[in-house]
Amino acid sequence: MLSKKVARFEQSVCAACGACVKECPRSAVAIFKGCYAAVAAEQCVGCGKCAKICPTGCIVIEERRNEDEN
Amino acid sequence: MKTKKKRWYDYLWIWSMLYFALGFFNILFAWLGMIDFLLPLAIALIGGNKWFCNHLCGRGQLFSLLGGRLGCSRGKPTPRWMSMKWFRYGFLVFFLAMFGTMVFQTYLVFAGVNSLKEAIKLFWTIRVPWDWTYTVGMAPDWIAQFSFGFYSLMLTSLLLGLIVMVFFKPRTWCAFCPMGTMTQGICKLKNKEHT
Ligand code: SF4
Ligand code: SF4
Ligand code: SF4
Repeated sequence: MLSKKVARFEQSVCAACGACVKECPRSAVAIFKGCYAAVAAEQCVGCGKCAKICPTGCIVIEERRNEDEN
Repeated sequence: MKTKKKRWYDYLWIWSMLYFALGFFNILFAWLGMIDFLLPLAIALIGGNKWFCNHLCGRGQLFSLLGGRLGCSRGKPTPRWMSMKWFRYGFLVFFLAMFGTMVFQTYLVFAGVNSLKEAIKLFWTIRVPWDWTYTVGMAPDWIAQFSFGFYSLMLTSLLLGLIVMVFFKPRTWCAFCPMGTMTQGICKLKNKEHT
């Protein structure tokens, strides 16, 4: 079953530092095209570790919406 | 939790520390810092990505290590304005202006207008004698002048990064790092359809 919460990334602010990639226990984050972080929503458990480490504050943990479930 | 396999480039924080140590013994090693200047730009220009930032940046890794595992960061949220466009680009312009000034100083020594100054300048204002790292005549004066200037810039930015690391998140420096801003700008231009 998918978690209630999910991470969402604001791409325009992301510095692509990769800290969130290293931090995620589910390997749910990748640097898309090497330019900004993006999450595989179905793998994310909404633990918030990525948001805690992110230096630019571009990750928010929020309620999972229906479109995240497929 | 899975432990991620370490790659050779996960240890580049050692290079970052070594760089500053070498400049303490012989300032001419400062030129090696050009690698950290040109490589991210080359990767961004050729590959259109920030692979340098998320794989090869020893400085970023050093901040992660010191601020993360070694607990030297308070981990407070980075102030919003530090990652805003106006600050990122403003700091980049300031940084490039300082770089330009340093290149001009080098030119003045090359042209014989100024003499070599065996000192570094921290935070663009504080002059620190650094003469034990160089014996006059080892290299043309302008080569040495550039070394002192470039090392000053590298050390100043490292210290700024360490200060924001202590107060905020380990990698807060990455929010407004001039290299990161430049490569991000290049990425955006190269991947216009995604911005
Ligand atoms: S919230 Fe947790 S699981 Fe989801 S991307 Fe962030 S670190 Fe990974
Ligand atoms: S930690 Fe934040 S700034 Fe760094 S890659 Fe992840 S989302 Fe981007
Ligand atoms: S933003 Fe700057 S310090 Fe951070 S990873 Fe990129 S080049 Fe390194």
